[in-house]
Amino acid sequence: MATTADQFQAHDDHGHAHHDADHKPAFFARWFMSTNHKDIGTLYLIFAIFAGIIGGGISGIMRLELAHPGIQYLGAIATWMDGKPAEMNDALHLWNVLITAHGLIMVFFLVMPAIIGGFGNWFVPLMIGAPDMAFPRMNNVSFWLTVAGFCSLMTSAFMPGDATGNGAGIGWTAYAPLSTYGSNGPATDFAIFSLHLAGAGSIMGAINFITTIFNMRAPGMTLHKMPLFVWSVLVTAFLLLLALPVLAAAITMLITDRNFGTTFFDASGGGDPVLYQHLFWFFGHPEVYIMILPAFGIVSQIVSTFSKKPVFGYLGMAYAMVAIGVVGFIVWAHHMYTTGLSLNTKMYFTAATMVIAVPTGIKIFSWIATMWGGSIEFKSPMVWAIGFIFLFVLGGVTGVYLANGGIDDVVHDTYFVVAHFHYVLSLGAVTGLFAGFYYWFPKMSGRMHSEFLAHVHFWIFFVGVNLIFFPQHFLGLQGMPRRYPDYAPAYEHWNTLSSWGYAVMGVSMIVWFINIIYSFTMGKKAEGNYWGEGATTLEWTLSSPPPFHQFETLPVIDDKDHH
Amino acid sequence: MKAIASPDNRNRRTALVMAAVALAMLGLGFAAVPLYRIFCQVTGFGGTTMRVSEAQASSVKVADGHISVRFDANVDRGMGWRFQPQQVTQDMRIGQRKQAFYWAENTSSEPITGVASFNVEPEQAGKYFNKIQCFCFNQQTLQPGQKVDMPVIYYVDPAIADDPEARDIKQITLSYTFHNAAKSTAKALDRADPAR
Repeated sequence: MATTADQFQAHDDHGHAHHDADHKPAFFARWFMSTNHKDIGTLYLIFAIFAGIIGGGISGIMRLELAHPGIQYLGAIATWMDGKPAEMNDALHLWNVLITAHGLIMVFFLVMPAIIGGFGNWFVPLMIGAPDMAFPRMNNVSFWLTVAGFCSLMTSAFMPGDATGNGAGIGWTAYAPLSTYGSNGPATDFAIFSLHLAGAGSIMGAINFITTIFNMRAPGMTLHKMPLFVWSVLVTAFLLLLALPVLAAAITMLITDRNFGTTFFDASGGGDPVLYQHLFWFFGHPEVYIMILPAFGIVSQIVSTFSKKPVFGYLGMAYAMVAIGVVGFIVWAHHMYTTGLSLNTKMYFTAATMVIAVPTGIKIFSWIATMWGGSIEFKSPMVWAIGFIFLFVLGGVTGVYLANGGIDDVVHDTYFVVAHFHYVLSLGAVTGLFAGFYYWFPKMSGRMHSEFLAHVHFWIFFVGVNLIFFPQHFLGLQGMPRRYPDYAPAYEHWNTLSSWGYAVMGVSMIVWFINIIYSFTMGKKAEGNYWGEGATTLEWTLSSPPPFHQFETLPVIDDKDHH
Repeated sequence: MKAIASPDNRNRRTALVMAAVALAMLGLGFAAVPLYRIFCQVTGFGGTTMRVSEAQASSVKVADGHISVRFDANVDRGMGWRFQPQQVTQDMRIGQRKQAFYWAENTSSEPITGVASFNVEPEQAGKYFNKIQCFCFNQQTLQPGQKVDMPVIYYVDPAIADDPEARDIKQITLSYTFHNAAKSTAKALDRADPAR
């Protein structure tokens, strides 16, 4: 198998080394044994869209069930899934399975593969003037490990979870003892193992990005001249490298607690379940920055491009991301305020968490300052980027609010928290993804999308997601707990509105798919630099799509060039 | 230019360093287990009580204030024991040594070895709650139908009066949960022993 790709590489090397002829391997070798960063990036994006449809579909089931009090639909779905008439406990277990799958899919198989694997693979080498990633074959391994992880998670849905039904109902956090002796079936092992696989893939990806960015920049491209998207991926890669192994250790201990009689997290053998929470959140908090930092990078590129100005405070922007990454490692226990932390511990974690608002504020300020006095063009990526800034600020504000240990005691595990993290992730990171998509889609595909449909997509999406999540703030403040399929009738009004919001958001996804179909069938051919003078990074010096192998003569970055 | 190592070697070196960093973090993840236990023992984190020797305890001076201790007893799900405190609360001077009794009965038809986990609430009292003797220091085996009294000898460290987080505490709840020791491996109990 490997020789096929090798023969191709060798053939291409001596056959066409002197010009950039697009000699691509045949279909199977190109897409299944790919070592080309652009092809792997495309694979990541397709995979993320596929996973996102499943994860988003699951949230559709959840919003359907939550539209009105009582259990209406879970029983029928559980009957279909388990192949036997479902009782109430099966229906409730299915709910746990759904929230677990939704969380894990969206975090590990939508946002991470799309924003790091997809855009990172595509544009980091292009932006630093490198011909490819440092380790193209490891890049391939990273991708297929992620796919394998996804398969493992999907398999778990059809494995016995506990006495009550199929699937792993452990939440994306997999807290012990629920994930140890609370869920006896193999479904939980499959779910945990899927994190091992995806985690290993991400760690390899991180090593690849760090090596590429450190060693393969074009002559003259110093670290302080790198585009901010590259900076964001560099910081993200370090977060992955430092955080994911800790998750790997924690979930490996879960596996041995479950299967090999250890008691790392079991009090009966001297372990402590709270230790699992510490380990998980030592990973989990940096993880949220792993998802959002590349979106910061994308938004910086877009705001600069469509304001036709270099980004305001470039160094401040780069080091703000570094600061967010560093501080992100010492705030984890703000997810654990209700585990009985002492007053002083809570005060520390409250203060440290709020400190993150400072570098984040620098970024928001600099984006606005970049737009200030710029010659702004409201092309679709810019509209999405401004939407990102708006939504992220909203989620950030509730984050500062939740950082307070005293307030968190009241709203912990309520829909207020759900609203908060969906504003920064589902609306923040995903809006950043769509901004990047419209910014770079013609570069990747060679076809222009419809700007009209992209704007329609934005406005429907924007209204929809705000309808879903803004009312959840009210629900949380009124005390509605998360992770339950049923609620007191008093909560019905805002829940119904929230579910209608999902339908609106769903319509926007249809517009998006129509836009993709439009661009591939009727879209104009994209020029090399279709955004014009504001787009100054290296990917715009290439054709759209870029040649299969680019920068065979390395570009040289002039001293006067700015980011 | 010739002095620069070939890009392949440079890449390999960077990758190896980064892989080493990842492995170190993996190791730290596992090292967190003993580190966390030591941290809890030293700081009383999570309401971890302290264990003191007779000699250490004899040098403690009784202070002025009074404090009360409430006793709580639990049995792990599915374990065939009854387990309860013989007094609801005890009042004492801070620093005064006290003995309290629990009572346990094996209600099953076979011998069961139990091991107790414990902490105190409020958790910031953990580092001031000193046990001189406790049934929780060892495993306890009860024959079918056997009933035993289980003593714990303890005092509250007068230093509690100097801690702004803990000095207002009027009552400390001491809680035990008995687990079936057979469920856990001998190795796991080894790990747990120093904490008791």
